[in-house]
Amino acid sequence: MRALSVLWILLGALMLAGCAKKPTTVPEGAGSTAEQSGTAAGQGEGQIGEGRELPGASGSPTGGPAGVAHIIYFDFDRSDIRPEYASLITSHAKYLAGASAVKIRLEGHTDERGSREYNIALAERRAQAVRRALMLQGAQDTQLTTVSYGEERPAVAGSDEAAYEKNRRVELVYGR
Amino acid sequence: MIFRRALLLLCALAWPMSQASAQLTVQILRGMAESVPIAIVPLAWEGSGQAPWDIAATVQSDLERSGRFRALKREQLIEQPQTASEVDAADWRMLKVDYVLVGKLSPAAEGRFELRYELVSIANGERLLGTTMPVDGKALRRASHRVADAVYEKILGVRGAFATRIAYVAVEGPVTKRSYRLVVADSDGANEYTVFGSPDPIMSPAWSPDGRSLAYVSFHTGLAAVYVQTLTTGQQVRVSAKAGINGAPSFSPDGKQLALALSQRDGNVDVYVLDLGTQALKRVTDDPAIDTEPAWSTDGRSLYFTSDRAGAPQIYAVGLDAGARPRRVTYDGSYNARPRVAPDGNALAVVTLDRGAYRIGAVDAKQGTLQVLSSGQLDESPSIAPNGADILYTSRVSGRDTLAIVSSDGRIQRQIAASSGELREPAWSPFLN
Repeated sequence: MRALSVLWILLGALMLAGCAKKPTTVPEGAGSTAEQSGTAAGQGEGQIGEGRELPGASGSPTGGPAGVAHIIYFDFDRSDIRPEYASLITSHAKYLAGASAVKIRLEGHTDERGSREYNIALAERRAQAVRRALMLQGAQDTQLTTVSYGEERPAVAGSDEAAYEKNRRVELVYGR
Repeated sequence: MIFRRALLLLCALAWPMSQASAQLTVQILRGMAESVPIAIVPLAWEGSGQAPWDIAATVQSDLERSGRFRALKREQLIEQPQTASEVDAADWRMLKVDYVLVGKLSPAAEGRFELRYELVSIANGERLLGTTMPVDGKALRRASHRVADAVYEKILGVRGAFATRIAYVAVEGPVTKRSYRLVVADSDGANEYTVFGSPDPIMSPAWSPDGRSLAYVSFHTGLAAVYVQTLTTGQQVRVSAKAGINGAPSFSPDGKQLALALSQRDGNVDVYVLDLGTQALKRVTDDPAIDTEPAWSTDGRSLYFTSDRAGAPQIYAVGLDAGARPRRVTYDGSYNARPRVAPDGNALAVVTLDRGAYRIGAVDAKQGTLQVLSSGQLDESPSIAPNGADILYTSRVSGRDTLAIVSSDGRIQRQIAASSGELREPAWSPFLN
């Protein structure tokens, strides 16, 4: 058993050594690699099960125009922005147009129904709809990034329409 | 778009020896009336002390879990023959048993064993199987699955898939503080271990055709990327991390290419094929609609995928030759998604909207006709066993995602209960050597 553990340690060391020599070219469109590889390699077992607070999923959103909501809700299997959100979009777009250094991340979500990867695509389409609406009113492309979580990060638990309508959303997260 | 020579190696340390917490148990919800009656006689142990493993119990559990066999309880065994010649057909006929499995386990040199088993047909007294195999002392459970595979194949005419593995995503914690683990276990849920864990979502595990690697999506960097991880070494390679969506990976039948779904900067999701050797990326679909969830045809020359180009998600197929035009496959129902191709290539397992419920359906690949197989309210993520006999999927039961199995004809339904957490997106391995 001891020999086995030693073997694992040696294997691990070899792998890490091998790692350091590999080229770390970044695929097009990828972010900082140093941080990313650090995260993956440091993902020890102790971290499993602890989880962490989700950005935007709870607590009070920060940044952006005062007194304006940060979440846009959608109809089932739709990605068009309902007319009631016109003023919300305008407020955020104007704020961004006036503060070119500010960046926001548009996080798209769906409810839990249907296929997971299809929902990833649907949530991305929702985030893109918000991105285009913000750009039409003055926000710059460079200020906006999108990420789609599909049905993976519901705002609320539950399998009824009340839960579903809170989960079909795009969250505008400032400072990302 | 040009994909440069761009491969980032992430040497995540895996934990091959660690034990996951959830214990899995299988419950048969709907069995076959005509299940095969069989007697599995405890194997004679020719060594000293206790037998190192109850092979007969594992074989019995495998066969019963398939829903296709009903085994005599041990206390009902009237005699315990050790060889085929000792089986008295008249006695077993009285117990209404069609087959009897007998055998012996003997110690051999250096911690090894010799396993000998015979299968007898009671109808005519014929010996159907007679096999002697050497077994490593650490592989007795695996050897038991191999015996079950042989019995299943001899009686049903279909190769057994007990000596295979499953991968799935285990999720724990409340919605605001979840943890995700990619888990691999034996087909009966035993020997499970965590391949990769993260506080951020893990999705869409897919086996390489040699059963040695898994491709999956992880958000652990904050953005979605596709990784391929080798199970024996734990080495994790990031194969796609473009702007937007990197999702739905699927290995080609030769294991050299990965089909996946990528979005452009404008969010238009299309299907691509990535050559894992050269990193060359080829666009397969080009449509403003959502095109995702690619699955290879068995000959590797075309892809099935989900598209909402006609308004709602349906299954399409497209050849990989230049200029090939997608063809719509499904017309039944308003929602068909996430195709998985049966080993014989003749059927697809899909998620279908059936009278307000999301269920698993089987689509005839040529005719496009659909048969609903499962009966849950929120069933998804079908994965077909390598022998084509069963479909493993996710089902929502009492507000929790758990795993379930339905036979590919819909007649047998089983539910796999986990002691804790939620289990989703199962992927059944190919046959393993």
